[in-house]
Amino acid sequence: MAHPTRRRRARRDPARILLRAFAGLVFFFLMLPLVVVFPISFSAGSYLRFPPPGFSLQWYERYWNDPIWIDATIRSLQVGVATTVLALAVGIPLAFGLTRARFPLRGAIEQSISAPMIVPHIVLSIAIYGLFSKLGLIGEWYGIAIAHTVLALPFVVIVLVAGLRNFDLNLELAARGMGASRFQAIRRVTLPMVAPSVYSAAFLAFITSFDELVVAMFLSGANMTLPKKMFDNIMTEIEPTVAAVSALKILFISILLLLSLRFRKAADTPIAH
Amino acid sequence: MSTADATRAGPPAPRSLRVALAERRAALGAFLLTAPGLIFLGLLFAMPLLQLFALSVEGGTTEWYARVFADGLYTTIFLRTFEIALFVTGAALLIGYPVAFFLATTTPTWRAIGFALVMLPFWTSVLVRTYAWMIILGRNGIVNRFLLDYGFIERPMTMLNTRFAVVLGMVHVMLPFMILPLYSAIVRIDPDLARAARGMGASRLKIFQRIYLPLTLHGVVAGVTLVFVVSLGFYITPALLGGGKVTMIAMVIEQQVREFLAWNFAGALSVVLLAITLAVFWVLNRWVARRVPPAAGQGR
Repeated sequence: MAHPTRRRRARRDPARILLRAFAGLVFFFLMLPLVVVFPISFSAGSYLRFPPPGFSLQWYERYWNDPIWIDATIRSLQVGVATTVLALAVGIPLAFGLTRARFPLRGAIEQSISAPMIVPHIVLSIAIYGLFSKLGLIGEWYGIAIAHTVLALPFVVIVLVAGLRNFDLNLELAARGMGASRFQAIRRVTLPMVAPSVYSAAFLAFITSFDELVVAMFLSGANMTLPKKMFDNIMTEIEPTVAAVSALKILFISILLLLSLRFRKAADTPIAH
Repeated sequence: MSTADATRAGPPAPRSLRVALAERRAALGAFLLTAPGLIFLGLLFAMPLLQLFALSVEGGTTEWYARVFADGLYTTIFLRTFEIALFVTGAALLIGYPVAFFLATTTPTWRAIGFALVMLPFWTSVLVRTYAWMIILGRNGIVNRFLLDYGFIERPMTMLNTRFAVVLGMVHVMLPFMILPLYSAIVRIDPDLARAARGMGASRLKIFQRIYLPLTLHGVVAGVTLVFVVSLGFYITPALLGGGKVTMIAMVIEQQVREFLAWNFAGALSVVLLAITLAVFWVLNRWVARRVPPAAGQGR
């Protein structure tokens, strides 16, 4: 779009160079914490030390051989998947309802859906803790999944509503006009077209749950999730097992991110909210 | 009321009773689709919060609220929380704006790389990042190691367990939340506006003041609102990087419930925190609704 000459001039512009240098510095600041956990996780030393005194896989082995860490990981994956399924099960009809027809209070309903995003997590956590301890749900993995769904639902609905608003309803009507049943039209035409938003929503819901600490701190009891186990470890012991777990988590999230980008390559906006 | 709503949606042509009925049925169907979600949020979001509120005024006394405000301790912590949130928001805005500007005006390749460098930390767990800051800022951490080795300092500096560490960690978490709305505001501005202004002799500062700032104001307010409101409720970062020396209100609420089982008092603290959060949210939204023309405010 820009003329080559203009671009060349822009490249030599001192203000532009300054801007680039500043942005580079900020990118360094943003990436630094992600990068440092890798060398620490391969440390041969017996405590946190930089630079690491040598290479070893001892912290990865310690993670792998400790049933408490593995249990926490499995529990977190389980809670994350359950949260994703539940948030989509509740969120997809909700998003369809909000975008398909006008009815009284629709605007108010749509606004109130995002309320869990504004309420501080600590407040919501103790509120749900109060309710769940009465119901005897403390320590149950599905209790955490239900609570995480409350946190994930706004993100899921916002992403799905945006996707559905972009979808041309005439396509579905055309399918019905050509004899498809309502259900068939949605399944064969609408869902494939809004699939990228569904993938984004699923990814958001999973990450919301998989990284969540404060709610899990109250609800998990003795059955810790991975973030709770990490938090406890950081608070009590000064050794790099957490660095190994962190490195694995960064890798895991990167893979998920790449997968979800592949799934939703049709969409043009960067994954935000 | 629902028929009136439904008719407004369609063209103004005269319509038969059948169409009106069909629309009414569609509206009812759409409403029914939202029902499970609304029930879910009612039971697991609204009800627990109302119960918490009920606990804070249990027995019809305002004694717990009196304690929040009577004791200088808690008002100090609220003020500190407010101060830190303000600091984090200001820093994120000052750092985030140039970065968003860079992303919006650079080549597509650099934009893609830049976005990857912003989004990867964004998706990485806050706990992982906070732990990494502990490695970087600690007494035997990377920064101290570097400064000692090159002779810049003689004794390791104390950076961890200070307000500086807390603010740094929080800015790191909140920066992408600021950059994204700013980016989408800046990218919508026609670059020819700035070129025309420059051609007519405007300085860079003038161009920023007269073109970029007013046209991105809604993005600024969106980012500021989000960062400030979320910062007020931070728990993980101050708990780990503050090391018990920097107390924010979320930590007090957690402690009151988990250690002292002081539900009524924790309820009162929560209601006050929630009220402050909602007030900030409301004021900023109000302000933007009045200040920013609707055409420019469509980003929110």
